[in-house]
Parts: sequence; structure tokens; C-alpha cells
Amino acid sequence: MKKLLYYLALILGAVVFVYPFFWMIMASLAPEAELGRLTLFPSSISLHSYQQVFSKIPVIRALLNSLLVSLSVTAGVLVFGSMIGFALSKLQFRGRNLIFYIIIFTMSLPFQITLIPQYILMVKFHWVDTYLALIVPYMINALGILMFRQYFMSIPQDLIDAAYIDGCNEFQILFRILWPNSLPALITVGIITFMTTWNEVLWPLIVIRKQDFMTMPQLIALFAVGGRAEGQLGAKLAAATLLALPIIIAYTFFQRYFIESMASSGMKE
Amino acid sequence: MKKLKTKKLVGYLLVSPYVVHFLVFIAFPVVFSLVLVFHRWNIIGPMEFVGFKNFVRLFHDRLFFRSLINTFIFLVIHIPLQIVVALFFAELLNQKLRFQGFFRAAYFLPVVVSGVVVTMLWQQLYGFDTGLLNRLLVKLGLQRVGWLTDPNIAMPSIALMATWKNVGLYIVLFLAGLQSVPPHYYEAAELEGASHWQKFRYITLPLINPTIFMVVVLSTIGGFSLFIEPYIMTGGGPLNSTLSAVLYIYKQGFFYYHMGYAATLGFFFAALIMLVVLIQKKFVEKEVA
Repeated sequence: MKKLLYYLALILGAVVFVYPFFWMIMASLAPEAELGRLTLFPSSISLHSYQQVFSKIPVIRALLNSLLVSLSVTAGVLVFGSMIGFALSKLQFRGRNLIFYIIIFTMSLPFQITLIPQYILMVKFHWVDTYLALIVPYMINALGILMFRQYFMSIPQDLIDAAYIDGCNEFQILFRILWPNSLPALITVGIITFMTTWNEVLWPLIVIRKQDFMTMPQLIALFAVGGRAEGQLGAKLAAATLLALPIIIAYTFFQRYFIESMASSGMKE
Repeated sequence: MKKLKTKKLVGYLLVSPYVVHFLVFIAFPVVFSLVLVFHRWNIIGPMEFVGFKNFVRLFHDRLFFRSLINTFIFLVIHIPLQIVVALFFAELLNQKLRFQGFFRAAYFLPVVVSGVVVTMLWQQLYGFDTGLLNRLLVKLGLQRVGWLTDPNIAMPSIALMATWKNVGLYIVLFLAGLQSVPPHYYEAAELEGASHWQKFRYITLPLINPTIFMVVVLSTIGGFSLFIEPYIMTGGGPLNSTLSAVLYIYKQGFFYYHMGYAATLGFFFAALIMLVVLIQKKFVEKEVA
């Protein structure tokens, strides 16, 4: 009896968190006239809302922009993060602790203070309306470095000493010895970075004004507020579905990794 | 000896990208923001030194205080709601039940989806005439609620939505915390005749206190960082009741091109966040001891 009650509460919770997404997808496929009373399935499937979205905004271009930006940033964070994490965990040099403390300090620095000056920097670099503005400032981040540092500290020094004796240099050690032994760290940092970059919208809104360079969340956010959807709910929901789908698909396959990655990064902060 | 020296150099080589990144994208902006707060500047023309005028303006700026009050309203609802809901579901998931993984994944779904999607979706749910929530209320024989049109309710509505989006992460974190409590603690307490509440208060709560602190801090930072939700849903309205800190910086900076004043706002909000988090830290640490 008690168990039944528990299950009931769990199922109710699942409905609360999942049903709105289900409704959104169904509504995006429903004829516009039905939206006001739709609760489960539409009477017929209509792609009209999607046709509208594709005819009004360059969704595919924005999708490719988002992919390019998110993949470049993720690659940068993995390469630089592991490089710096390696130096901070396994190499001795003066100033090492200072750099470590600076990294810790920058993590507690609210972005509100740097937002305006960083925009001005982009203007002075002539990076406004280029991919550089979206990629370069994000290629290194404190959380990535710290996670790699922590993971590398658990890797036995013997492994590295043996590689030195075999004549490996530091870059070979990093990419041939440490990387293959650090898959969990690579996956965690990779997923978090990709997801936060993919979902980022404030910075693109600030540094990108030309539609050709807009990321997908930016383009769709502007579509929702800019009146180009002309108040048509179906088109808005179709656009939102298109934006949600890549992450939802990735999440369905790798949900364990998503949950564990986000949880372990949450612990750090 | 030579080997050691090159090793040192390699260390510097490896951290050099960070040093460059730090100097260009963090240190310079922080220093430059300290310059900007004393200037009036629209980026195009020359900078004009105005002394403390930006500060004077800030302390007389109704909208600045409005955004602070809005953030406060958001946090007062968001933080307790987040903790209660997350603890409730974490406790449920901690009972040895089946399909635990499925439920956990379901609750986590809104966490991974873009805030833009969540906001557009909830804008519909909150719709006055045909929104799902009001349709449900009407079916139950209740009055429609002006979720986003009533100035007293709009910010709480956004807080509710943010809770729905984020709480999955905290369910997972609380669950990890609960699972780390050694079972013999509870067994010993049961032998001594402790009630459910006593077990929760004296065993569970102290052990998950770090997680609670994390929820409080992350939610506070989140509250001050609120942007896309009011940007899409309300534009800060009705009657500025959902104007958030970052939305106000954004408006001053990129609508009016008041770079000096926007930087001043950013500076004060950042200082406030650091202060609030520091106080929370002190407070929570005291609670533990």
C-alpha cells in the first residue's frame, strides 16, 4: 500500500516534468486551429508549422553555426584544459600555486562585472559578427582545468616516469598516456562544455547581429520575441522543438553520462 | 640538471595559454570595468569622465532597486521550493523501488534542454486564454490566473518555471547525499526510539547540509543571472515586475548604449552576489556546527 503511494507520487512527478515536452512536440505537429484545446494527440498530423519556420528563418544555417561553435569550444576546452590541468597536477614550476589560486578565484567572479568590458573588447578586436567572438573567449574555462587537474592527480606518477624513461616528451605523455587513461574526465568535461555552449544565448545576442552568424538558440529566441512568428503559436512551438530535439536525442542515448557529468560539476562549484 | 630545467620550461609553456586567456578575457575586463564606472561612453564617441555621477545615478535609479526587489522575490520563492521539491523526490527515489533510473532521467530532462525552449514552452503553458494551466484551472471550476500579465504574479511564475527547469539536478545531488548516509546510523537511532522527524533532523539534514548550501548558492547566482526567461516571456514587464539584474544591464548597454552606466550596474550586481554568497556561506557553516 505504502509502495503504491510512492509509485503514484513518482509517476505524477514524471508526468509533471515530461508531459510539457510531449505536449510541445504534439502541438508543433497539430493544425493551428486545434492548439487551444489540444491535450494529447492531434486529430491529424500537419507539417504546416515547420514549413513556416523554415520559410522565415535560416534554421539549418543556425544549426550548423551552433555545431561549429559548440564543437570548436569543446575541442579547445579539452585540449587546453588537459594541458593546463597536466601542468598544475604533475609538473613542478614556480608560480604553480599562484595560477591554481587565480583559477579558483576566477570561478567565484560573477560574469556581470566582465560582460560589458568583454563586449567592448570584441568591438576593438573587430570580432563582432564573427565566429571568433563566440569561440575564442570560451576555449579555456576554469572548471575544465580543475576537473582535469583533479583527475590527473589520481593517475600514478610511475606511469609518467616510465614514459619519460622511454623518451616521451610532455605532449606525448599528455595525449598518449594521460588521455587514454582519463576517459571519464574527457566525457564529463566534453558533455558539460558542449551542452552549456549549445544552450548559451546571452553572449550570442550581444556579439552577433547578422543573421548568418546566429546560433540556433539565439535565432529562435529572436524569432519568438521579434514578432516574426506573427503571434503564431504553432510556428513558435515548432521552432522550440527543432532547438530541443538534438539535445533530447543525445540525452536519450547518453542520459547516464549527462546526469553524472552535470552532478559532478555541480559538486565542484 | 638540464632535464629539470627544460621540465620547468615545459610547465610554463603548458600554462601559458591560460595566462594569456586570463589577462585578456578576465583581468583586463575587470580593470577596464573600474575605468568605465567613472565614464560616460556610447562606444562610438570619445569617453567622457564623469566622476561619481554613475554611482549617484545608480542610487537614485528606481529600476535598479526594482530589479533588486524582483531578484529577491525570485529567490524567496525559488530557493525553498527547490529544496523541498528536490528533497521530496530524492527521498522517494531513495526507497528501494523499481524503475529508479527511469524516473531520475525523467526529472532530469528539463535540466539539459535549452532555457529558450523551456521559456517558449512555459509561455504557452502560462497563456491566459488557451494556456494549459488556465485550461486546467477552468476545468476544476477555478478562476483563470494572469500568470504573466498580473504584476504581482509574473515574477513568482518565472520562479516556478525556473524551479521546474533546475530541480532535477538537485534531486540527483540530494539522492547522492542521501545514499552516502551509512544505514547503521538510522538503525542505531531506531534502537533508541527516534521518530521519523528526529532521524531526518539529526542524521539526514547535517549530512546533506553541503548539498543544501550548494542549492542556495547556485540558486542565488542563478537569480542574479536571470535573463532569457524575462527577455522572451515578458520583456521585463508588466510594470517592470520581471525586470532582472542582467536584463537591466543588457537594456542599458545594448538598447541605450550607456556603456559606463551598464558597467556600473554590472559592477554593483557582481559585488552584491559575492557579498550575499559570502554571508550565506558563513550562515550555513554556523548551522552545521
